[in-house]
Amino acid sequence: MKRAFPIFAMLTAVLLSYALYEALEVAPTEQTMGNVQRIFYYHVPSAWTAFLLFFINFVCSVQYLVRPNQVADKVANWVTIAIGIAACIAAFVIRPLPANIEPSSVATTGLAMTGLYFLIKKYFSPENTDALAVVSAEVGVVFCTVVLVTGPLWARPVWGIWWTWDVRLTSTLVLWLIYISYLMLRRFSTSSQTPVLAAALAIFGALDVPLVYFSIWIFRTQHPQPVIGGGGSIDSRMLQVLLINWVAFLCFAGLICWSRYRLEILQREVEETQALEALLEPRSSR
Amino acid sequence: MNFLYAAYTATWIIHIAYLSILVQRYRHLQREIEDLKKKPGLGA
Repeated sequence: MKRAFPIFAMLTAVLLSYALYEALEVAPTEQTMGNVQRIFYYHVPSAWTAFLLFFINFVCSVQYLVRPNQVADKVANWVTIAIGIAACIAAFVIRPLPANIEPSSVATTGLAMTGLYFLIKKYFSPENTDALAVVSAEVGVVFCTVVLVTGPLWARPVWGIWWTWDVRLTSTLVLWLIYISYLMLRRFSTSSQTPVLAAALAIFGALDVPLVYFSIWIFRTQHPQPVIGGGGSIDSRMLQVLLINWVAFLCFAGLICWSRYRLEILQREVEETQALEALLEPRSSR
Repeated sequence: MNFLYAAYTATWIIHIAYLSILVQRYRHLQREIEDLKKKPGLGA
């Protein structure tokens, strides 16, 4: 694994450079907005990556709470399987879906959620799911910060304003604040119940993610309508550049999470050793 | 074009700032590990 890290880091650096070149040079210039539209190639992939990381945080928080209890764990497994099946049924059997939502997007999202739940369960112990929850929330906040910074930089030349209290923008800001409070709780609370409280907060916080994502379908907002999976249209070359940038940002997020996870595990080991040392100290001083 | 470059630069400033925080945390942890290794009974 130690050898794989520098190789993965180099591949990610190459991919990010290529994605930047594609975004600045290869993607066609949008007719009405001009070059400022290219902010889209950083803004949208950062938002999708943040949502994915917050979803991982949600899954880890659920698992941290339910896995110590066998009955709760079994119930959670069946609920997850039911979500995957329900998404497929909703996509291909129940019609019509809400306006502009593609059936394949619903089915893919449902199955991906179920798959991710069982992948995390297979590869992470309950204690390590807590570590992964912290890591995914922290990296998710970084990507969400990018979204909140690049959005106004696009809005100023296009809308003529930096910010408006529109549902999409406000719910994204609320999402960012929820995860900031989650990280502050993890950082400053010294109670042994902190991981449980943080997991509960993360579960409530994650409820804001679908609200942010679907707000542009449900409400009349100033934010542009979805261009993928929502019935909108996008030039095929622009779509290709967008997806290349998303893959590059996903690899980058994976790389940061990998380093941060190693750091978190090491930090916990050091804290355990320091606690052990504190217990042994009175004996050794006799 | 200025807004485009500002957005791309801001993105990388945020990521680099976070990475440098991680490097600082890692160095701090390394120092703590070194301190623990120096203490009798725990270092081995």
